[in-house]
Amino acid sequence: MTALALAWQVLVAVALTPLLIGVMRQLRARLEGRAGAGVGQPWRDARKLLAKEPLAADGAGPLMAAAPLVLVVSSLVSVALVPLLGIATLAWVPDDLFVVVSVLLVGTVALALLGLESGTAFGGMGSSRHMMIAALVEPTVLVAVYALSVPVGTTALSAILQARMTDPATVVSPVSLLALVALTIVVLAETGRLPVDNPATHLELTMVHEAMVLESSGRDLGWLELGSWLRLTALLGLVVNLALPWGVAADLGVIATLVATVAFAAKLFLAGAIIAAAEVFLAKVRLFRVPELLAGSFVLAFLSVTASYLIV
Amino acid sequence: MSGGRTAYREDVDPAGLEGAVAGLLRDGWRLALVAGHDDGDGFRVVYSFLRPVGQRRELVVRLPHDRPHLPSLAGLSYPAGRFERELRDLFGIEPIGHPMPRRLVRHGHWPSGWHPMRRDAGPMPDLAPDVGSYPFVHVQGDGVYEIPVGPIHAGIIEPGHFRFSVVGETILRMKARLWFVHRGMERLFEGRTPDEAIELAERVSGDTAVGHTVALVQAVEEALGIEVSPAVAARRAVLLELERLYNHVADLGMIANDVGFGIAHIHTQRLREKLLRHNAAVTGHRLLRGGVGVGSAQWATEPDLALVAEVAAEVAEIVALTLDHSVVLDRFTGTAVLPAELARNLGTLGYVARASGLTVDARADHPQVALGPGFTPVTQEGGDVLARYAVRASEFAASAALLPLLTELAAVGGEGPVGAMGLGGERTAYGRPDGEGSGPAAGLGVVEAWRGTLCHRVELGPDGRLTRVKIVDPSFFNWPALPVALADTIVPDFPLANKSFNQSYAGNDL
Repeated sequence: MTALALAWQVLVAVALTPLLIGVMRQLRARLEGRAGAGVGQPWRDARKLLAKEPLAADGAGPLMAAAPLVLVVSSLVSVALVPLLGIATLAWVPDDLFVVVSVLLVGTVALALLGLESGTAFGGMGSSRHMMIAALVEPTVLVAVYALSVPVGTTALSAILQARMTDPATVVSPVSLLALVALTIVVLAETGRLPVDNPATHLELTMVHEAMVLESSGRDLGWLELGSWLRLTALLGLVVNLALPWGVAADLGVIATLVATVAFAAKLFLAGAIIAAAEVFLAKVRLFRVPELLAGSFVLAFLSVTASYLIV
Repeated sequence: MSGGRTAYREDVDPAGLEGAVAGLLRDGWRLALVAGHDDGDGFRVVYSFLRPVGQRRELVVRLPHDRPHLPSLAGLSYPAGRFERELRDLFGIEPIGHPMPRRLVRHGHWPSGWHPMRRDAGPMPDLAPDVGSYPFVHVQGDGVYEIPVGPIHAGIIEPGHFRFSVVGETILRMKARLWFVHRGMERLFEGRTPDEAIELAERVSGDTAVGHTVALVQAVEEALGIEVSPAVAARRAVLLELERLYNHVADLGMIANDVGFGIAHIHTQRLREKLLRHNAAVTGHRLLRGGVGVGSAQWATEPDLALVAEVAAEVAEIVALTLDHSVVLDRFTGTAVLPAELARNLGTLGYVARASGLTVDARADHPQVALGPGFTPVTQEGGDVLARYAVRASEFAASAALLPLLTELAAVGGEGPVGAMGLGGERTAYGRPDGEGSGPAAGLGVVEAWRGTLCHRVELGPDGRLTRVKIVDPSFFNWPALPVALADTIVPDFPLANKSFNQSYAGNDL
């Protein structure tokens, strides 16, 4: 039963993800006065790419095909582990915070290796920037969710979420707010959004994420796109559920699950819309200011941990 | 001005060239153009110098066909060294004592020993395997790596190869290798009548159609001794300002877009489109082709000053929004600084020079139209991306403010001398004004196009057809400034720096 619920959760996440990207792009286009390509475009792009044969650069090894799959699998596993729809978990795979971060890190490393695989300067450049950002992001994620776990006494995400559902007042505590702000910043950095990376640019020299996937094409590129988008769903879904723990299914009933699905979609699109609207007013910071931004978010997360011991 | 014309053009010996040029440069003359000519029995190299206000001088050096050796002036003037490399590629004239006598115009796949501007060059041979590329300087050290970019880029732009030597993210050295779009433009002009040359001039560099055309017709008019009325001069000035407007507004948006501030880009694109449609109403072409002719300038409808004023107000708002954004301001400030000293030594022109504090503007230095004492070139001191952005923003406002005055002048109609540049000579059989030394009828056109001071030098044969057109786009002077400005810049800031220069590839490589 739990396995079925988790399968449903993965299915919902995979179905919603291209739509989420489409909504974000379309909203940004409309806010900037452009017509936009429509909310279905990322889905059409993914379908087109997955049907095309990949071409690899001379000298590129099997990693060109393997890394996209590793990324997709790591994203799918993290989508399954993070409590998006319900708090049910499998006994044999802990939805522990450290497990989730490690699984995401597997995808991060796969991407970085992919960037190096084709041996072009752009890929290596993207990989080095990506690892710099990842090295700054991971501690913040860990510390922020650790702050949230202190009142509950466990690092299992479902337990943290359950505690917030039973006592919603904890959501607006200083500990929680600091941790959520820190988490939001690192989610934007990790998923390559403004102000850290510009997903819309064509300028190779400024790219981070796009530079690593420049040499990929066809099916490989399709998996890479899907995998990266799914990371956004997983991380953004975690943040919205921590911030707004309403509608999450407390049991495995069909009605509760359907309600949770609708509630999750609404929360996810709302968060996506807020990010898209904010991106209209944001510019990309200088690469060497990124550590300052992420250090700031780490400080917030650290304050949150300190507060969790002092205030409770 | 006519007083300075007594020694307008003079012959010098190759041996005396260096001394003569050194004297001119010391007296505040600027080397604007070096044109080679294959006269059949020998080569002739013409050095054109400009000095504010409205003064010019030309030195002519004659070289034998069998031993075309020219003393290099690279030690006196950086641009002279570049012109000499161009002469060496196109004519096979060897600059003696040049510190870096490498290929410039012809990239490595052009066969060696073939010089396309020679009379006997014949049809273009097939491109060979790389025979002439000089090696890139190999920067060595711990952690230094190279990033080759281009010549084909991700955006829809012209081809250029950039080789970065980088440690971490800091650029140690950048070498730009351009000249992949050689079309033989100058050769295409030869044999055309001046009227037939207009369509070519409009296509030298698509975004500078008016600039190149006005420079060409000014040169032809000088060679033929045609005086144009103040109304015609004013109408050309209006078209030049309209060209500046639509190009500057696009740059203002694209510079912002390169730091991810897309909303400014979208709105400037909208305004650019508005201006392009206005252009189409004025001359019948969105890029303002068709407005300028030899001795004339016309438009289908008067420029809509209300529309321009409206666009200018919106641009001012977008500029304010962009510069009020702290992240954008942080990205612009101190990025890719071109110090004034280097800007002067490299001979930079246009907004690149003015952003580094140099007051060079042909509208003031070589005026065709009296813009009044109210007109002063916009300058900034910083030399960074911010300064180049601010110069464009201020120039946009200044151009929009100039248009009412210029359209009024254009409407007044044509009595009186054009002023500054009229030669005042009688038009003779093939039009050459008397008393201008020997050689064919020749003229020089100097225009402040939107990128900077642009020159065309023409020569006409006895049948009134063009025998030689030499074109110098401001980008020829400004390209070398880009690698210089990149010292201490990081790789992800390169596109921003490059966009703030926004040089022409086609205008540079003819």
